[in-house]
Amino acid sequence: MSILVDKDTRLCVSGITGREGTFHTLNNKRYGTNVVAGVTPGKEGQDVDGIPVYNTFRKAVDEHGANTAMIFVPPRFAADSILEAADAGIKLIVAITEGIPAHDELRVYTHLKRLGDVRLVGPNCPGILSPGKANVGIIPAAFFKEGNVGVVSRSGTLTYQIGNELAQRGFGNSSIVGIGGDPVPGSSFIDIIELFENDPQTELIVMSGEIGGSAEEEAAEYIAANVSKPVVGYIAGFTAPPGKTMGHAGAIVSGSQGTAAAKAEALESKGVRVGRTPTQVADIAVEILGG
Amino acid sequence: MDLLEYQGKQLFARHGVPVPRGGYAATVDEAVDVADGLGYPVVVKAQVQIGGRGKAGGIKIAQDRDECRAHAEAILGMDIRGLTVRELWIEEASDIASEYYASFVFDRAAKATLAMLSTKGGMDIEAVAEEDPSAIARLHIDPLLGFQDYHARRLCFEAGVDADVVRPVSALLAKLYEAYVAEEAMLVEVNPLIIKQDRSVAALDAKVTLDDNALFRHPENAELRNPSAEDPQEQMAKERGLTYVKLDGDIGILGNGAGLVMSTLDVVAQAGGRPANFLDAGGGSKAEAITSAVEVILSDPKVKAVLFNIFGGITRCDEVARGLITAFEQIKPQVPFVVRLDGTNDQEGRQLLADANLPNVHTAATMDEAASKVVEVARA
Repeated sequence: MSILVDKDTRLCVSGITGREGTFHTLNNKRYGTNVVAGVTPGKEGQDVDGIPVYNTFRKAVDEHGANTAMIFVPPRFAADSILEAADAGIKLIVAITEGIPAHDELRVYTHLKRLGDVRLVGPNCPGILSPGKANVGIIPAAFFKEGNVGVVSRSGTLTYQIGNELAQRGFGNSSIVGIGGDPVPGSSFIDIIELFENDPQTELIVMSGEIGGSAEEEAAEYIAANVSKPVVGYIAGFTAPPGKTMGHAGAIVSGSQGTAAAKAEALESKGVRVGRTPTQVADIAVEILGG
Repeated sequence: MDLLEYQGKQLFARHGVPVPRGGYAATVDEAVDVADGLGYPVVVKAQVQIGGRGKAGGIKIAQDRDECRAHAEAILGMDIRGLTVRELWIEEASDIASEYYASFVFDRAAKATLAMLSTKGGMDIEAVAEEDPSAIARLHIDPLLGFQDYHARRLCFEAGVDADVVRPVSALLAKLYEAYVAEEAMLVEVNPLIIKQDRSVAALDAKVTLDDNALFRHPENAELRNPSAEDPQEQMAKERGLTYVKLDGDIGILGNGAGLVMSTLDVVAQAGGRPANFLDAGGGSKAEAITSAVEVILSDPKVKAVLFNIFGGITRCDEVARGLITAFEQIKPQVPFVVRLDGTNDQEGRQLLADANLPNVHTAATMDEAASKVVEVARA
């Protein structure tokens, strides 16, 4: 088992004909992901390495039963593309696009929440990898093998760093989920941790957070009340000064709110062990699962 | 992006939020000209992005031209908590009967916009929230419904707004929300919102934070400047499209991906070092971007050593190595470098560096080792 993406994934990529969209779509396909279609308005009839391109999500769903969307279009078109995918009946939407305006994200989030059965992962995220099954996004799959550690993270490269530390100690992953670095992520730590808790393959959950917002604090409360599996945490940004956006739109300490210290403390007060470096995260995983 | 008071007021005015008449001045003569045009008395206000301007002597009332000149001379060039005043806003003085507080803020935790109104304005709202939380009326706005008249009335009645000004305060709130949405702000705050002797209302101050990700839709906002807050390295990085934040230490940092760079800063700090900057070279960094980034890092004279921490995903380690080699050819750095390359094409990258045999470049196998090493060479 794994979560969110697997052999049943039927992927449709919005922005498949763009440079980045094509590159990563084909990477995903080579990995074994079932990429059934792409969407680029005005380019219906073309194909990308045999993957048919349509003008609308509606048609990609009608013709190929696409059940997962990946959004690769530029920020000004991304919110619209997410809404179109949801309207076409797709229930899992993975938005890679970085730089979507916050008010767009807020409207999309509110609409999808009202629909109730559509899950958005991202935006501004590296996607989801279930090793050995499917890769939807830009995670470099070569570093990860199948295993029992579920990883959920707000950052891309930091996930690879932590994943690599785990791999060097012999651990593989059930799934790796990037929830993204924006102020209004479609899925929260809680949403993904709940899935890992219910996934039989996952025996340990690693959550990698960073400064800004309060998603880690909320996750700490949730874990204490609802999660039976061990969780190891990591928080980036102890040295970040207040009021400065640290690369990710959502990574900002506002006044005394959203500091790394407060997040680590919130997790530790609920019994979640927090590594102070990526290496320590792997060390703690070894202690819990055995080396 | 944080706006200065005058920029915020001009933005408010575009959306019909009432603000006192005023004008911009960068010199003493300009200040006097603006004041003459407005008529006396006027208020001379320092334009720097920091609280406590009034207490620091950065806001003064002038009854006539001589006073205006004297105040402008005193305030221009003044240092307010580390920021040098380079700009003034001159506005008509207001007859204040009461001071309220109003704001709309993008509430990440609630995933909605939070509206706040209080009759205890003119002071630090966080202090009010702590001492007397019931003095602040709050409600969340559904982004798909927008701010309705009943929202405004509810805020006014809950906050205890004087009955005779419920209408003008409600109208101001509606215009303020309109500005918040139309300009894609993360925060619009009016403190104080004043009730004048004639019972009209106005925004006497303006605090606005805009969403950087939305600036492409607002080219006129993207051009707004804040000369007192501009840092030469941050400016240089911005022009080159690099994500850079200046810090106060002496170890230059370059990495790929915001989370990994934040983590690198932390690991360096744990090793006893003090990072000079945050620099995310981004995913898929090409050699030219790396060379350009090295120039920005080294333009900070405090930098004594530089750490490269790369975990290649889309970014290829051989490209990073090539960029570093070119940087050494072009700028001949005088400080030591520590380089850690891992991930995509790491073998090729390390080989390129070994072959180039760059002076004073050390390699490290892990992030922790790299951090200890850079702290050591920075001290040497």
